[in-house]
Amino acid sequence: MSAGAPPLSGPPKPQARALNCPQCGAAITLHSFGQAVTVVCASCHSILDAKDPNLAILQQFAAITRDFKPLIPLGTRGKLRGADYEIIGFQRRHSKVEGISYSWDEYLLFNPYKGFRYLSEYNGHWNDITVCKELPMVEGSSTNYFGEIYKHFQTSDANTDFVLGEFPWQVRVGEHAVVTDYVHPPRVLSSEKLNKEVTWSIGEYMYGREIWDAFKLPGAPPEATGVYENQPSLVATNVTGIWLAFAAFTVFLLALMAGFDMRAKKEPILQQTFQLNRGDARGEASFVTNVFELTGHPATVEVKTSAPVDNHWIYLNYALINQDTGQAWDFGREVSYYHGYDSDGSWSEGRQTDAVVIPSVPPGHYYLRIEPEADPLLPGLAYSVDVTRDVPVLGIYGIAFLALLLPVVIISFRAYTFERSRWSESDHPPMQLSNMSGSSGDDE
Amino acid sequence: MTQPVANCPNCGAKIVFRWSSSVQTVCDFCKSILVRTDVDLKKVGQVADLPPDSSPIQINSEGKYGNKAFVVVGRILYEYDQGGWNEWHVMMNDGTSAWLSDAQSEYALSFSTKTANLPPAAQLHVGQQFTWSNQCFTVSVITPAHYRGVEGELPFQYWDKTDVTFADLRTESRKFATLDYSDSEPALYLGEFIEFDDLKLKNLRSFEGW
Repeated sequence: MSAGAPPLSGPPKPQARALNCPQCGAAITLHSFGQAVTVVCASCHSILDAKDPNLAILQQFAAITRDFKPLIPLGTRGKLRGADYEIIGFQRRHSKVEGISYSWDEYLLFNPYKGFRYLSEYNGHWNDITVCKELPMVEGSSTNYFGEIYKHFQTSDANTDFVLGEFPWQVRVGEHAVVTDYVHPPRVLSSEKLNKEVTWSIGEYMYGREIWDAFKLPGAPPEATGVYENQPSLVATNVTGIWLAFAAFTVFLLALMAGFDMRAKKEPILQQTFQLNRGDARGEASFVTNVFELTGHPATVEVKTSAPVDNHWIYLNYALINQDTGQAWDFGREVSYYHGYDSDGSWSEGRQTDAVVIPSVPPGHYYLRIEPEADPLLPGLAYSVDVTRDVPVLGIYGIAFLALLLPVVIISFRAYTFERSRWSESDHPPMQLSNMSGSSGDDE
Repeated sequence: MTQPVANCPNCGAKIVFRWSSSVQTVCDFCKSILVRTDVDLKKVGQVADLPPDSSPIQINSEGKYGNKAFVVVGRILYEYDQGGWNEWHVMMNDGTSAWLSDAQSEYALSFSTKTANLPPAAQLHVGQQFTWSNQCFTVSVITPAHYRGVEGELPFQYWDKTDVTFADLRTESRKFATLDYSDSEPALYLGEFIEFDDLKLKNLRSFEGW
């Protein structure tokens, strides 16, 4: 549209600027195209004013400072969130909590179009951090950020021990900021208060492997130890959701049970009472019931035995026999009932009835062959046998319920243990772990 | 879009206004600051060389704000003790003008908003809250800055400035506000932060090695 306009004499292509350290003469290259405010000499660690053409010395050290080696060397480029970034700055910081010093590293990343972002590393746990453009809403001990609640984790003093590279702000070794972390795994919201200025940043947990892949680093990342404040739970991200799903399934099971129970005909087929006399031949006296007919589709058949045993047992060897085909189902059932008193009070064991369900019995003419056995001490008694066709099988629902409950309980327990390890490192440790002698921070 | 054409009163080069409401421009050749009068252009000053800067944006960069397209037609460059930032004057395809600010690669687009009873600079402090357009703004930082230079077309006369005060106000959303104390009357700009990718910028500068 400005075809007739004079050509733009735009500024030259920005390039990395090469300078020398005024302290030791070592070469210094500025990579962030004029955005650097401070730069650290890699050889003598003097902190220099990057805005000054002569690199005025802002801070220098009488003795050789301890040299911390960044895990990702300065100048390394990698792809993060779809854009290339170069590591241009590094700082080691520490904070003291209850007398114990914790050190972590921060890397400053730069892309001339996208700007800056940060990586932090503590014990093999990484975070990808950007500065918040929106103000999080602090509500008591938690913070609301885009509708998500971040819980207060820890407030501590962060002290800068070592810096390397260039920074778009003023850095000094020895300066300390008050850092407050709020967590909503896998994210962490941090406010950093330096002098009067508060900066909020949002971090997202990253695994060492992802960092190694992004920056194509050789070897393996350092193993992550412990549970980090915003580390996503390895067990389950949503235990409540799992319980809700479990509850929904239980309701479904109950509905299924009720449905099958209503649909089952529970058709009485046979009821017969037999007499068992003391001294009857044992194991020999088998007899058969009347023949009964099962009609309709193959269905369950329940055989229920009722015997008024009292501190005795009877045992019945059954065979359900199809008169037409000779097919037989053999099964033995025991009815026993014992009760009494001991030091714990009254007790009882067993029942006076027993029921068994035979699945998918085809239609036809059937009879039961019964071979009773009994406690030799048993006086004579009368027992009855009830045959019912098409009864609902409810036991499998119980098994399904337990089979589902077990993993849910295990997941919940493991999630609970994970969260406990997470919060034991915070200002709000779980009750049993809190140090009763010391202050437990700023609990509300 | 009208493109009024005139000649630079200093060097005679052709001056094209891309935005019909531009009040001031800078001659691309001799860097004279030119102000539009009813009849012609008047030279009011001269732009010193702008310091090398790191903005990927330049005059003629194009982008999108929602469904509106814009083109960068001018800029004001400021410096403060932690660096510098650019206020790029952009022309929307509906004829309105807006400002695309770029501070350490944090991008925001804002519009001049006329509001009465703006607080004087001396009464401003961090944490103070104001409500404009039914939105609560909190003063997050007050920055004394100095004007470093101008380029291209601007909607007002802006040159030969010394120190100015800016107040940044943030919200719980992407919306933000700036109070600008460049003139005797404070000026309010309301806008929002925008991700670089969402601006869909074209005609950007290239950086050596990137």
